[in-house]
Amino acid sequence: MNKHHEVIIAGMGGQGVMVIGQLLAHATVMEGRNVVWFPAYGPETRGGTADCTVIMSSKEIGSPVSSSPDALIALNQLLLDKFAPSVKREGIILVNTSLAKPPRDRSDCKIVEIPANAIADELGNSRAANMVMLGAYVELVKPVKLESIKASMEEVLPPRHHGLIPLNNAALDRGAALVA
Amino acid sequence: MATKKLIKGNVAICHGAIAARCDAFFGYPITPQNEIPEKMSELMPAHGREFLQAESEVAAINMVYGAACAGKRAMTSSSSPGISLKTEGLSYIAACELPCVIVNVQRGGPGLGNTLPGQADYFQAVKGGGHGDYRLITIAPWSVQECYEFMPLAFDLADRYRNPVMVLMDAIVGQMLEPVDLHENFEIHEYPKPWATNGARGRAHNIINSLWIKTEVMEGLNNRIQAKYAAARRHEVRYQEYRTDDADLVLVAYGSTARICRSVVDMARDEGIAVGLFRPISLYPFPEQQIADLAASGRRFLVAEMSAGQMVEDVRLAVNGSTDVYFHGRTGGAVPTPTEILNKVRAVFGKPPVVSHYGRTEG
Repeated sequence: MNKHHEVIIAGMGGQGVMVIGQLLAHATVMEGRNVVWFPAYGPETRGGTADCTVIMSSKEIGSPVSSSPDALIALNQLLLDKFAPSVKREGIILVNTSLAKPPRDRSDCKIVEIPANAIADELGNSRAANMVMLGAYVELVKPVKLESIKASMEEVLPPRHHGLIPLNNAALDRGAALVA
Repeated sequence: MATKKLIKGNVAICHGAIAARCDAFFGYPITPQNEIPEKMSELMPAHGREFLQAESEVAAINMVYGAACAGKRAMTSSSSPGISLKTEGLSYIAACELPCVIVNVQRGGPGLGNTLPGQADYFQAVKGGGHGDYRLITIAPWSVQECYEFMPLAFDLADRYRNPVMVLMDAIVGQMLEPVDLHENFEIHEYPKPWATNGARGRAHNIINSLWIKTEVMEGLNNRIQAKYAAARRHEVRYQEYRTDDADLVLVAYGSTARICRSVVDMARDEGIAVGLFRPISLYPFPEQQIADLAASGRRFLVAEMSAGQMVEDVRLAVNGSTDVYFHGRTGGAVPTPTEILNKVRAVFGKPPVVSHYGRTEG
């Protein structure tokens, strides 16, 4: 069976949009399937908008660009508003409700509300909100195993952030538990 | 697949350059190609090669010029506005018949433009770019794997034809992550360089120069250069076809746009529309005969580019009025989506745009 998943991850620069996309990409390679990760962002490190597309497939991947992703992981309002209209009909929209209101005009889609910043705060660091969102997406869509995401941490994160791996793993689990 | 590494196209370029035994890299930063000088600053010294960040693009290309004179394998990389700055140097290097490799990770333009993907430097790459009658042999990868594998090819072509070779990319090919097999399985030819200005001890002086006052000398140089390009047109045409056998309409695209079109072919086929893809890999020499042959068998063409229409002119020259050539282009950093191009395909066949299974109408 061909497993083919297209997801757009979008938010503000500094929210860790790119890194959760890279974790997904790395985990896909680890599981022996094809993947393309493609970023789009402005010149800023923080504060600008950032999005990345991840396409995962057991077949050769053509377009690195998705017309209509199967899922959207939206970390803030601005980018949710930008990308929600493009999600495939009956697709999945994961909304970080700590920073965004769920879209009202996509009743065809499965809307998953995740107070990601609040949950990350409970874990002690709101910067892990991205991991909460990723955990929920992986549990819901199952493009890869959550264990593969965890096993990709050391390779994907720069060494100065390796101390955050236990927190990240806990945040992944909390996100997954929300939708299990 | 377990042995594959997940890296960006820009980083794959660096591994390819190392495998190609590149001796020296000279560069100046510009997005979206900064991963190349960044990675080269690590890899080149680690392999005992030269890395130098120049004070400008003009300086970097002239350092390449100097290293190439000395018979070394030299390269530089930049993005659109930076390449414009290098074109004077490229004309000199071509006139001096020196080998080197230039990587252009194209961005949105013209002017300073933006850091998003573009393909609007096609004319600059394949028609010469700088002044005078010279060409760059130009090859365009469409995957991270090809970014790796095209660097040894680029250096080999440069040495074989004693001419600058451009690897023409865009911000998608440069920035995307894909799994790559860094197999190092290349046959690297050593080319004798008796012309190199690498010390005249025990032999007559070699002179490398592009200033030849006498017409007969300068025209002789031009004739020699043109003979090389004629040979390249015979021997170095590279392309790939996908599902063109029974296609009524052939999409023509290179680089990341060709990847997008490959998906469009499958989408159109799923709807029963016979579409194929022709991907020029060598943009100069352009696969004109292959396109002329497809045109002669009655196929129509749709050219897609991230430009206002540049490669489409070469397709129209090849087709020479024998069949219809349609065009779809996006500019300024905008990237066409598969659905957008599919709708152009549908329009050619008189079908309305698809909206049903997607979130919105496009393009």
